[in-house]
Amino acid sequence: MTDKITISGLNLFYSQNQALHSISLSIPAGKITAFIGPSGCGKSTLLKTLNRMNDLVPGCRVEGSIRLEGQDILKTGDVNQLRQRVGMVFQKPNPFPMSIYDNVAYGPRAQGIRDRKILDALVQESLEAAGLWKEVKDRLKSSALSMSGGQQQRLCIARALAVKPEVLLMDEPTSALDPISTAHIEDLCLRLKQNYTIVMVTHNMQQARRIADDTAFFWMGHLVEYGDTHQIFEAPKDEKTAAYVSGQFG
Amino acid sequence: MRHIHSSRLHAAGLQMAGEAGTGVLPGPGQPGFVPAPVGRRASKAPGENSPVSREKLRQSGILALQRVLIYGSALAVTGFLAGLIIYVVISALPALDLSLFSPVYTPDNVSLLPALINTGAMILLALLFALPPGVIGAIYLTEYTRPGSPVAAAIGLGAEVLTSVPSIVFGLFGSLFLVRFMNLGMSLLAGSLTMALIILPGILRTSQQALSEVPDDLRQASLGLGAGKLRTILRVVLPSALPGILSGTILATGRITGESAALIFTAGTAVNLVPGLDQSARTLAVHMYTLAGEGLHIPQAWATALILLILVLVLNLAAAGARRAMERKMRG
Repeated sequence: MTDKITISGLNLFYSQNQALHSISLSIPAGKITAFIGPSGCGKSTLLKTLNRMNDLVPGCRVEGSIRLEGQDILKTGDVNQLRQRVGMVFQKPNPFPMSIYDNVAYGPRAQGIRDRKILDALVQESLEAAGLWKEVKDRLKSSALSMSGGQQQRLCIARALAVKPEVLLMDEPTSALDPISTAHIEDLCLRLKQNYTIVMVTHNMQQARRIADDTAFFWMGHLVEYGDTHQIFEAPKDEKTAAYVSGQFG
Repeated sequence: MRHIHSSRLHAAGLQMAGEAGTGVLPGPGQPGFVPAPVGRRASKAPGENSPVSREKLRQSGILALQRVLIYGSALAVTGFLAGLIIYVVISALPALDLSLFSPVYTPDNVSLLPALINTGAMILLALLFALPPGVIGAIYLTEYTRPGSPVAAAIGLGAEVLTSVPSIVFGLFGSLFLVRFMNLGMSLLAGSLTMALIILPGILRTSQQALSEVPDDLRQASLGLGAGKLRTILRVVLPSALPGILSGTILATGRITGESAALIFTAGTAVNLVPGLDQSARTLAVHMYTLAGEGLHIPQAWATALILLILVLVLNLAAAGARRAMERKMRG
């Protein structure tokens, strides 16, 4: 099995506060890796570091290295290119206030693709991959804000897929959705992992259990335990992990 | 007397009534227990002169007073506005005549058409000079400075102070600096540049407000797709802020339409259609000021006022329509 992303010795500071303490872990390609842990444990922070969204936070400083197929993303000059390779889906669906079509075509257009035929094909392909094509193919011109919350989140996934990323980061992608929409998204993740490496932050331990191949448990900025999801939930080695996965805190 | 206390608490909708009641009042079965009248029933049970009905009376008195104040205020505001409009229309009626809209002004027809067109030219030019720096400045302040940056704070404070500076001060500046020192003369150019200075702080501040109300989610979504910062601003942030920026522009247009003092100093009072940027031209407001000041054409001054009112109304309606269309396009 090949590793897509290798994190080593990662320390992250918000001004004077250290939010991540010497994190080292490898994320395998073509699998779903879940980050779990109580609020404020640093799991979302780590996720956002993987495509340098933390650059937007004033006073954020990172030490260590994150290698995406060998190349250190913390040293890369071209953040936009990195974010095209490592896409992101956010906690709250955040479609742009424009048409469904324009939402999906936004990323490709940012890459300079102007050809209408190529864009049409990309939009259809991405919406199909996100399981949304049948529902919206007759109203591609209507506003994305007219869709339901679950549809909006799948649109955000389609929008991320249209950029043709290699890795998809998902920050609690179903926490704002109802159970049926959540099931849709989970099925979608299971289908997508054949072509993409997925890293997902989740508060929902059942979700990690259902869909993640590997699970990492974080606590107070430290990586406590990382391994096969089954092992983490059934036979945790660390007592904090055991307490968390059995619902004793968090 | 205790039950009165309790009913007052109930009437006031205080939640503590129940808790206080259990603590203070004797419960059912205890000596001295009186069933506490609650809500509407309170008014029926005791007789006319009982304290409870006095309480009820006091409350309906307060309600009546509230009604009088609210409806009275509403009536005062709308009545004053309606009265003003009716007065303007009645005063303008004797002068309303097609000759008011002759292409060329003569002392006989007292045409206001040239001033109306000049007003349009003034609005367009002043917006042309003020919108780009105002909006770009607002983009700089919201997107490129850090929260709490001293530069942003200084510019914000400056804009705030400038918004409340009387326009005559700008007029004097325009007269001394633009008209004399820059040698622009009393002209449409000098006048519109002065107006641009007057509306610039307002445009900056309303645009800044509109931009800062665009949710950060959208910026992150765009950046997360690998779109650059400039693209994010031009394709996502600015379009979302456009309705708000439009509102600021309309306020500015109102200010241009209504300005007289600063324009008398800088654009002058030449009565006919402005032949060029370097020529003097009066707007409607200045036209009205001149007519009223000369005292020879008072009904025509009123007619000008009426046209000015209609112009402002049309501009506002158009802007509201444009804003709605923009929002509909975004919301779907």
